[in-house]
Amino acid sequence: MMTFTIARQEFVRMFYSPLAWAVIGVVQAIMAWMFLVQVDAFVRYQGQLAATDGAPGVTDFVVTPLFGPASIILMLVVPLLAMRSIAEERRARTLPLLFSSPVRMTEIVLGKYLGLVAFLSLIIALTAGMGLSLSLGTDLDLGKLAAATLGMLLVTGAFAAAGIFMSSLTRHPAVAAISTFGLLLFLWIIDMASESGGQSSALFDYLSITGHYDSFFRGVIDVQDLTYYLLFIGVFLALSVRRLDADRLQD
Amino acid sequence: MPPSGTEAATALLQAQGLSRRYGELLALAPLDLALARGQIVGLLGPNGAGKSTTLQLITGNLAPSSGSVSICGHDLLSDPLEAKRRIGYLPEIPPLHPDLTVTEYLDYAARLRRIPRADRSAAIDAAIQRCGLGTVTRKLISTLSKGFQQRVGLAQAIVHSPEVLVLDEPTVGLDPIQIREIRALVRELGEAHAVIFSSHILSEVQELCSRVHILSAGRMVFDGDLRELDGGDEIQIRCDRALDLVPLLNIPGVAGIDGADGSYRVHPVTGAHPEPDLAAAILRQGAGLMRLTRERRSLEQLFVDLTQAQPTPTAEDAA
Repeated sequence: MMTFTIARQEFVRMFYSPLAWAVIGVVQAIMAWMFLVQVDAFVRYQGQLAATDGAPGVTDFVVTPLFGPASIILMLVVPLLAMRSIAEERRARTLPLLFSSPVRMTEIVLGKYLGLVAFLSLIIALTAGMGLSLSLGTDLDLGKLAAATLGMLLVTGAFAAAGIFMSSLTRHPAVAAISTFGLLLFLWIIDMASESGGQSSALFDYLSITGHYDSFFRGVIDVQDLTYYLLFIGVFLALSVRRLDADRLQD
Repeated sequence: MPPSGTEAATALLQAQGLSRRYGELLALAPLDLALARGQIVGLLGPNGAGKSTTLQLITGNLAPSSGSVSICGHDLLSDPLEAKRRIGYLPEIPPLHPDLTVTEYLDYAARLRRIPRADRSAAIDAAIQRCGLGTVTRKLISTLSKGFQQRVGLAQAIVHSPEVLVLDEPTVGLDPIQIREIRALVRELGEAHAVIFSSHILSEVQELCSRVHILSAGRMVFDGDLRELDGGDEIQIRCDRALDLVPLLNIPGVAGIDGADGSYRVHPVTGAHPEPDLAAAILRQGAGLMRLTRERRSLEQLFVDLTQAQPTPTAEDAA
């Protein structure tokens, strides 16, 4: 109940700042360019593809390839949005409004998280909508599109949880942003270790944040990948609650 | 609601043995507070005395190192939601979201305080009315003047009609007219609620509060009624040379004398007027009397005495 109140407030307040509009605009412009390039390539190779047996269809050729770059862009964007949620409030000294209200810490963290995820879902919906617009002229594999969208939601949900946690650690929004970015980038490249054939490569492989969404883009919803993201989100949100609670304990 | 219904009627806020450490530093020595309905309590002290810390402790913004706080019988630590429902808190820096309008902000505050949907707009209107925000409801908070922002902060604290209102230096940084308005508002609120506020302005506390706690370096150095605080008179004497104090002390109505080298302060017994006898006794010693005036001992004098004397008790003990 209170979670929803806070989430709604976070979401609505996002649109009062030019940052949100800038983010939507920039992401949308880049995605539109990528979309155009893919459509153009598809049109060019359409003849060849039609002649080949078992060639990728329009969904595989145009739509799902959009999500890979989209997740990279969101990795850059999420830290900027997440830094506002707690670090900026702490710096502006507005947290007492929440702390002196009859609201649980869990509700505060969940509310802030869901507000951020709602905004990110909007960006993802716009990207998915771009692909969906092709269904005006052709038949899309909607199942694949849905799986890719779900995968995208889970990845950005994980980004957001890490961002909220980093935001809860500091009172400097810029520090929150750069540490979130560092953490995400590290989890992004951690599977490079597995490529070099190290002994603990299986562990690094598992930890890799991107290794788990490829299956979604192929249209497969793997329980193991689902669990990874849900665990990731759960752990970081739980840590954020702990950290925010500790605000009252230390100086 | 449960068993402590009668107790809640007398003490809305009860703090016992409340203390706070920051590592080695003792920011607040164990302190007791009690606040009843219709009471305005002032927390007075120089900067860094622990006023804000105390207020943060009783609003749940800071966890105490020891002690307990209960609001209307609900313990702040074990039952924080019920306790916090009954608190309105205006921190030193009002927790405003500058990108919202006044109405939007108060609506959010009202939701956070769990005011039922049906009562929400009435509650917001009432808060706007009381704080004189009627003309700026649609303005962005960032465009408001400091005085109006302070009022929005106050409106946020009273929107859910809390039993206990906690205000941290509500008049700081305001102009004299705004200060008067805020004071009038605090007085009005104090009739139906219990108010505790901090200040380092003596006259403000003198004007508003029925009871005052004076803090100095994290310790409570005075706790009581203001009337009993400013009740004492003193007689100031200036002479052209040092006096022998023994005959003066024997004059009926003289409770004590301090001072030296021709400048003395005589503390008379309440209701006594030893001035003529004092003058006669001084002249009898052959000294030239330059000044003898009776003055009401000001709160300021007392405040200085209390807060200056306290930080070095260990040095006195050692001596």
